[in-house]
Amino acid sequence: MSHSTVPRTRAEADATKKTPAASGDATGPDGGRRQPGKPPSLRLRFRRDRVLLLMTLPAVLLVLLFNYVPILGNVVAFQEYDPYLSDNGIVSILHSPWVGLENFQRIFEDSAFWNSVRNTLVLFLLQLVLYFPIPIALALLINSVVRPRVRAISQAILYLPHFFSWVLVIAVFQQLLGGAGLLSQLLRDHGYDGLGVMTDPDTFKFLVTAQSVWKDAGWGIIVFLAALASVSPDLYEAAAMDGANRWRRMWHVTLPALRPVIALLLVLRVGDALTVGFEQILLQRDAVGPGAAEVLDTFVWWNGVRNQDFGYAAAAGLVKGVISLGLVLVANKVAHLMGEQGVYKK
Amino acid sequence: MPRRPRPWEAPPRPVWEEKPSRAGLAGKGLVLLLACLGILFPLWIVVVTSLSSRRSIDEAGGLVMIPKDITFVAYQELLSGGQVTRAALVSIGVTLVGTLFSMAVSVLCAYGLSRSGSLGHRWILMVLLATMFFSAGLIPTYLLVQSLGLTDSYLALILPSAISVFNILVLRGFFMGISQELIDSARIDGAGDLRILWRIVLPLSRAVVAVITLFYAVGYWSAWFNASLYLNDQDMLPLQNVMIQLVQKQEAPVGLGQAIKTGELSGLAVQMAVMVMALLPVAVLSPFVQRHFRKGMLTGAVKG
Repeated sequence: MSHSTVPRTRAEADATKKTPAASGDATGPDGGRRQPGKPPSLRLRFRRDRVLLLMTLPAVLLVLLFNYVPILGNVVAFQEYDPYLSDNGIVSILHSPWVGLENFQRIFEDSAFWNSVRNTLVLFLLQLVLYFPIPIALALLINSVVRPRVRAISQAILYLPHFFSWVLVIAVFQQLLGGAGLLSQLLRDHGYDGLGVMTDPDTFKFLVTAQSVWKDAGWGIIVFLAALASVSPDLYEAAAMDGANRWRRMWHVTLPALRPVIALLLVLRVGDALTVGFEQILLQRDAVGPGAAEVLDTFVWWNGVRNQDFGYAAAAGLVKGVISLGLVLVANKVAHLMGEQGVYKK
Repeated sequence: MPRRPRPWEAPPRPVWEEKPSRAGLAGKGLVLLLACLGILFPLWIVVVTSLSSRRSIDEAGGLVMIPKDITFVAYQELLSGGQVTRAALVSIGVTLVGTLFSMAVSVLCAYGLSRSGSLGHRWILMVLLATMFFSAGLIPTYLLVQSLGLTDSYLALILPSAISVFNILVLRGFFMGISQELIDSARIDGAGDLRILWRIVLPLSRAVVAVITLFYAVGYWSAWFNASLYLNDQDMLPLQNVMIQLVQKQEAPVGLGQAIKTGELSGLAVQMAVMVMALLPVAVLSPFVQRHFRKGMLTGAVKG
């Protein structure tokens, strides 16, 4: 193997320069030909790292094929795409007529599209207000529990629903709150009418939020617990010496420790604002009707996969994608301005 | 020497900390208890009802809360061949093959990117990272999978979502934390990268590998959307899709309709039994990996 003899980083290369005898160059593939002190040539680095490069190849190919190639497929948004031109989608794209921005025009005139935008935003805001604070509160609670066994057991239980599929979560909710579910059953036993929470368009958005809370609020506490665990106990002691009581310590020590994590997660959430529970809502779309349940993702699914109006659906998806990307970048910028690290470093 | 606290005992309190008030403790315990019950109670009902006989379900007028005459009829019926049995086998197969494939690709990639200073690792990382900020969209992906001829093939359930860049980053973060000296010494002994990965890096990363394996496995086990997009053949559907039909559309699985109609079997128990089959592997496996979660999530997620 040749790669072990060539320094991997500039720093290592500099180290080699100082002690050429220790670098083992003489046994390398190019013997003493390489000038000491120069960074290794591209060819040499390729030879040295070819195994590493080969290792990344399968993943890179998968990502290129399934994440980058489809970006090109977005051209159908500018076409009157006809899936019946050929069995092969790519061939169909080549033969479909171009229509320019017609699909986008249709979208912006479509009240169903605006309805889905409205539903998406309402759901996002609901989740932000009703869902986002819960993991923080739960993490503070668990963190204040000192008994290790109580902590371990309650964490195990709280994490569990995160690993359930949406199908299962919705099925569980249906059994409890549905028209034939436990709640209705109890109500009927006591002489009241049953309730159809699962099919009520008026409360659907709260139902969706409740499902998210049930499934993922427990899982959400992990990052906060990690942040809390890294707070030095000295800070608490110092605060206590200065006369801060339990609440003061939480306000001045614990919460500041959570600040960067909260900022990061907020940024991620805002960036993801237009993607609210696709699978979850798709599964319940039929029960409450598109008026209340249609979000941008299900709008794309319905028009594309169901109605085979691919150009139209792709255009809607493209609009969503572009706005989402913008949201991530803006949210991250804001995080930087607030002095937080954000998703990626500047 | 002070005695180490037993796991169920509270560790000694620092002198400066106030003694917790009784009301505070009770309040905390109550909230925690309610949160846990809110999760466990629905599961309890599902499990108990799936094990109940038709008579006790009729007596309860639906879901059963207190177990009485336990019977395994529903499970026997579901597992004696037929649609649900096949769907469960499909799910198990896809999960096993998919998880193995995803882990192999991810671990290799994560190791390939973890040796800092290697040729092009920054570029490759950027190519992977960028996918976390945008997605190509449902329709183009759908058209691509169709063009590749993956429709009506189990590959369509595995390949398009085989790797998660987030998981690769978590693995990579962990691999980078392994001491360079250890790797160098192996290299001096003549080990190549593959051998170093297999003999040194992987054994040291058991915790995070367990976590990521669980993530991938749960992903495959829970997936239904790809199957609903790309599989037209009823016989190929995995368990989650059969569960949708059963629970949401109230369709009895093929072959079971007769048993339910003739009253030998409660349709409700059958529904619940399918739900238990879907949740059981996850509920059994995740507690074993649970103590590693924090470590696994930390290395990649928070530090970025």
